[in-house]
Amino acid sequence: MPEDRTIQELGLDEYKFGFNDPEEYFFKTPRKGIDPEIVAMISKHKNEPEWMLEFRLKALESFFEKPTPQWGGNLNELDFDEIYYYIRPMENQGRSWDDVPEDIKNTFERLGIPQAERETLAGVGAQYESEVVYHSLKEEWDKAGVVFMDMDSGLREHEDLVREYFGTIIPPDDNKFAALNSAVWSGGSFVYVPPGVHIDIPLQAYFRINAENMGQFERTLIIADEGSYVHYIEGCTAPTYTTNSLHSAVVELIAKPNARIRYSTIQNWSHNTYNLVTKRAVAQENATVEWVDGNLGSKLTMKYPAVYLTGEGARGEILSVAYAGDGQHQDAGGKVVHAAPNTSSLITSKSISKGTGRSTYRGLLKVHEGAENSKSRVECDALLLDENARTDTYPYIEIEEKKVNTEHEATVSKVGEDQLFYLMSRGLSEEEAMAMVVNGFIEPIAKELPLEYAIELNRLIQLEMEGSVG
Amino acid sequence: MLKIENLHAEIDGNEILRGLDLEVGEGEIHAIMGPNGSGKSTLSNVLMGHPRYEVTGGSITFRGQDVMELEADERARLGMFLAFQYPSEVPGVSVANFLRTAVNAVREEELSVMEMYKLLQEKMRVMEMDPRFAERYLNEGFSGGEKKRNEILQMLMLEPRLAIMDETDSGLDIDALQVVSKGVNELRGPEFSAVIITHYNRILRYIEPDHVHVMLNGRIVTSGGKELALELEDKGYDWVRQEFGSVA
Ligand SMILES: Nc1ncnc2c1ncn2[C@@H]1O[C@H](COP(=O)(O)OP(=O)(O)O)[C@@H](O)[C@H]1O
Ligand SMILES: [Mg+2]
Repeated sequence: MPEDRTIQELGLDEYKFGFNDPEEYFFKTPRKGIDPEIVAMISKHKNEPEWMLEFRLKALESFFEKPTPQWGGNLNELDFDEIYYYIRPMENQGRSWDDVPEDIKNTFERLGIPQAERETLAGVGAQYESEVVYHSLKEEWDKAGVVFMDMDSGLREHEDLVREYFGTIIPPDDNKFAALNSAVWSGGSFVYVPPGVHIDIPLQAYFRINAENMGQFERTLIIADEGSYVHYIEGCTAPTYTTNSLHSAVVELIAKPNARIRYSTIQNWSHNTYNLVTKRAVAQENATVEWVDGNLGSKLTMKYPAVYLTGEGARGEILSVAYAGDGQHQDAGGKVVHAAPNTSSLITSKSISKGTGRSTYRGLLKVHEGAENSKSRVECDALLLDENARTDTYPYIEIEEKKVNTEHEATVSKVGEDQLFYLMSRGLSEEEAMAMVVNGFIEPIAKELPLEYAIELNRLIQLEMEGSVG
Repeated sequence: MLKIENLHAEIDGNEILRGLDLEVGEGEIHAIMGPNGSGKSTLSNVLMGHPRYEVTGGSITFRGQDVMELEADERARLGMFLAFQYPSEVPGVSVANFLRTAVNAVREEELSVMEMYKLLQEKMRVMEMDPRFAERYLNEGFSGGEKKRNEILQMLMLEPRLAIMDETDSGLDIDALQVVSKGVNELRGPEFSAVIITHYNRILRYIEPDHVHVMLNGRIVTSGGKELALELEDKGYDWVRQEFGSVA
């Protein structure tokens, strides 16, 4: 790993890996809370063009105007004045493995994550291997004209593209949290795939070295030009430790005619976090967008990946899985808007609730007049691991067109005594039997993920079931 | 091998087993026959340690060990196996994946992926099962016959010391019955004992029992050799009720 001069020059190599100590961050706003001055400070710190500053300030107004949503989860305890809105974490090189707190090391140990990867996940170490992989991949991507960088760099290096699309899929005044993100965003990814280019190896946020990839208000924009294909994985499957109680990201996807985007996420937030994310995609003519979304951890997650099918023959698919343990509320689902003829969509939602956990499916299916011969199917399955666990389903359906075919199916099942007994009679312990039932339940989603992520998803849920993470 | 003495068990407060005695020696095959509702499945579940049944009296010893306080998985690891009358479905879990976990759970040393694969192939051939069957989700959408074959496949993979088969023959056509019997005979030997619970003596033509017991109202009311099965077939369960109803 080449030494990072900047870090050394700044004398910051003394930096201690401080999960709980915001004083040791590289840069942060001088006070908690948010106002135009703070927003301007963020923009200035990043040397942004004037239009982005204006964009942020306008978004801030929307944020102030919009009421906090009263539907979904309970947001009453969320105090916007108690949050630092911009904290730029240290660059990776300044940290060392020895500085990582013991309990986090233990968690990695239990997850069975290899040392090299642990260091990456903990934000330390040089991660030689993945760097080598990354560089050879990067060469290929560069040759093909693929852009893959953090959003801040994207804005600097591809300002025209960013300006054309940023905030067009999710306008800042879409909802209170999209507005907040638009005002204070930082980090996230910017991806552009040129026409006809198929990227076979998934782009992983994890590959982006020295970037702020798991920011609090990350912002991702992916543009797949005509006939291209990209699979983007936003994977941080190890528990994301943060002192911040609010994570509010915005993800915008544009699939141009005949393009296909698959976006996979597995997130595992610490149990004090509000995870309020707006994800939306536009699929143009004959384009396909697929969201694969795994939600673990957090105190409350509200997340409904959306696909707007704006071109004839477009296809959208949303696969989501959520686990709600004690004291957690996962309010998740999906949103599909059919705005053109012959479009099709599939929403599959799986939730698991345990103890006092609560999971909610909230979905919207909208078919505009004229979206003839559109097909849609919604399937939501809830699995309850014990008597107290709770699940509810809110499927909203608005159909303005007669010639459509929609199906909705919802099931609730409990892990039964007989099922456990059956598995235990073959030598599995009660925990193993329970884990097997749960892994089977999420299999339809796990099999859509690359193997290593599927395995980690299973392991994570197992750890959550043991109540040992978070 | 297995010794049951004066076993009493209830479910939801209803006494089903009322003083049952049974002793199964090493390498022996026993058949238990009895009319519907006589408590055969209850006996199977209690032997395997189903948590919903409460044992209110008596004892169960397996290989010299009192198993009454053991969980089902501990009993399985001691070498007990139950082929279920109604096996549960486990969506999303393939037969192969399940068997891999189960075999490694009961064995002292784990099998390698290759060894496991070979073992599974071999046992599936015995059971005349299509190799693709291993990739199907456990019991989900299986026909009655497939479920039963799958139970016996599990038995072959796990190699128990004692198998309890709860009406494994019910609802099988003659071909399936032969395959299932072949599976059981495959394991037959001095190290393997079985309790075959059945309604009819059909299966006993293929798996010859050493002892036959008749169960009624939660007890064994009479025992004999394999000729008892023939007598039972001749005279029917009404004869049993008349003859032994007062005892039971
Ligand atoms: N939950 C229950 N509560 C009360 N009685 C039950 C319950 N489950 C089973 N039984 C009764 O127990 C008796 C024995 O059932 P079972 O063991 O299944 O018999 P078999 O397998 O011989 O047909 C039957 O009379 C049945 O109705
Ligand atoms: Mg029965």
